[in-house]
Amino acid sequence: MREITFAEAIREALRLEMRRDSRVFLIGEDIGVYGGAFGVTIGLLEEFGTERVRDTPISEAAITGTCIGAAITGMRPVMEIQFMDFIALAMEQLVLQAAKMRFMLGGKVSVPMVLRTPAGSGTGAAAQHSESLEAWFVHIPGLKVVMPSTPHDAKGLLLASMRDNNPVIFVEHKLLYKTKGSVPEDDYEVPLGVAEVKRPGRDVTIVATSIMIPRALSAATKLAAEGIEVEVVDPRTLKPLDTDTISASVSKTGRVLIVHEACKTGGIGGELAAQIAESDALFYLKAPIKRLAGLDIPIPYNRTLERHAVPQEENIVEAVRDLMAAG
Amino acid sequence: MTIPILQATSLTQSQQIEMLEQMYRIRAFEEKADELFALGRVHGTMHLSIGQEAVAVGAGAALKPDDYVLNHHRGHGHCIAKGADINFMMAEFMGKATGLCKGRGGSMHIADVERGNLGANGIVAGGIPIAVGVGLSVQMQRQSRVVLSLFGDGAVNEGVFHESMNLAAIWKLPVVFLCENNQYAMSMPVARAFPIHPLSKRACAYDMPGETVDGNDVFAVHETVQRAAERARSGQGPTFIECVTYRWKGHSKSDQQKYRTREELEQWKAKDPIQRFASYLIETRQLTAEGVEQIRKRASDTIEEALRFAEASPEPDVNTILEGVYA
Repeated sequence: MREITFAEAIREALRLEMRRDSRVFLIGEDIGVYGGAFGVTIGLLEEFGTERVRDTPISEAAITGTCIGAAITGMRPVMEIQFMDFIALAMEQLVLQAAKMRFMLGGKVSVPMVLRTPAGSGTGAAAQHSESLEAWFVHIPGLKVVMPSTPHDAKGLLLASMRDNNPVIFVEHKLLYKTKGSVPEDDYEVPLGVAEVKRPGRDVTIVATSIMIPRALSAATKLAAEGIEVEVVDPRTLKPLDTDTISASVSKTGRVLIVHEACKTGGIGGELAAQIAESDALFYLKAPIKRLAGLDIPIPYNRTLERHAVPQEENIVEAVRDLMAAG
Repeated sequence: MTIPILQATSLTQSQQIEMLEQMYRIRAFEEKADELFALGRVHGTMHLSIGQEAVAVGAGAALKPDDYVLNHHRGHGHCIAKGADINFMMAEFMGKATGLCKGRGGSMHIADVERGNLGANGIVAGGIPIAVGVGLSVQMQRQSRVVLSLFGDGAVNEGVFHESMNLAAIWKLPVVFLCENNQYAMSMPVARAFPIHPLSKRACAYDMPGETVDGNDVFAVHETVQRAAERARSGQGPTFIECVTYRWKGHSKSDQQKYRTREELEQWKAKDPIQRFASYLIETRQLTAEGVEQIRKRASDTIEEALRFAEASPEPDVNTILEGVYA
């Protein structure tokens, strides 16, 4: 199968859906001529024109509200927030409007919109351009949260997100954009709420999100050489969350390491740990649940400090060894 | 002695009489709401627009049935003026299963989606960007609808107001921005909250027409909104209208009204929009005093009947509590 990058896979999903459904349009800052801050939407303006690939002034709150208004009256907007950090400027519209409008109005409207946003550190962009804020949205009833880790999943999950009738936060890690993988050329969906075992193994389960999946897979290869067989589970969507696949894996291996980039305190890892602890998997645990996550600090600018702020492959290897030693 | 209405009008006699009845219906609905709260028969809070009825009715009469309205927390009047069935509206106010929002929204979030009323908003300025999105949707779908965005003077100092006005202006969206300047944002007086007066001057920053009208003169409101609606419908873009009015009741149920004087309130009561309109209709021999009284009585009966309907309606089934979060 042909290989394309994560960014190309997202672009392909956008193009497919825009060709298929005239209600879909893109809106955001610098998505047109510029092609998006990370080049994801390059070429779409040429094909679909300025009305459906709509550049906006720098107005995150109003862009979000605009999408809500369009979504409740028959359109299917896909907005881009240039850096996930800037989502803070749109929180009122996302949390107090988009998420609860359907419920408040007695189910009489739906809000089919997707908010795509590049997230994460590793680009030297420092504290205001490197956030991983997905846990905020997992906490909000009415929102869905999607975090793909491969080009294949990015395309299939984005197609599913654009066809979903709810507001979906679609988180794209910047360091994944240039990663390559096999992606079918045709139209396919990866359903929301279905995790995938990215690598089977018998000794330890790693539940990881987004950029931590490739790091966990590399770590797993290293650990295999030591005789430790790691199973890597990618939830792919944090909300809805496929707890069955996660607890089945943990029940099988008896050990679990949860890995994410966002700060540890209040991060999605706490929820994942709680879900495992509340499931029958608890009875199979040979060692306490372990979390490996970002330090509780803003992302620093310095390259070395930045690298140490979030889990790297060697940290995962070490954490798995610790887990094996623990029981 | 009442202050006369200054404007002549193109409205027919029957339209004018229907508008008077709507104003009485709004007044009666809110007086009943106030009474029910005092008697402990409803819980929660509410925001009454008694004294501001000419804005809702004047603006409502300028719209077509399939035009959209998005309004604010002080929104009972707009809902009635957009043609809501009072029974279902009262049921929503009482939190009943038969309510417009199945008891999920209540006074602050009443919507009537079938009639293009996309909902009252509890966040100051929260509905304004959504109205812009509805405008964009209308424009992209090549419809000839108009979107009326209603908000208070407090909203005009929110950041998203400015973002929204700007988007609507650059894209020439069919939105009528209507500020109900009732003199106070809770307790903060317009005189202290703004360096610029009248507030409609702010429209010039977005190169859109800005007009300030007597919000207690139903014809002035109607004529101005109609002109703005025609402008919007013909593709010339948005207009900002400031309707100067006054709320007779406190901000909400907790308000001790220490920020204003009894004399001020009495001065505004002398400009009662309903009395002014009724006097005009009597003076122009379109109605007799008895005719006015009959209309007032009929409006009052409508509210009593709605209350009977609401009280006889069932409470929402607790088993449905999770419904409507996701589509």
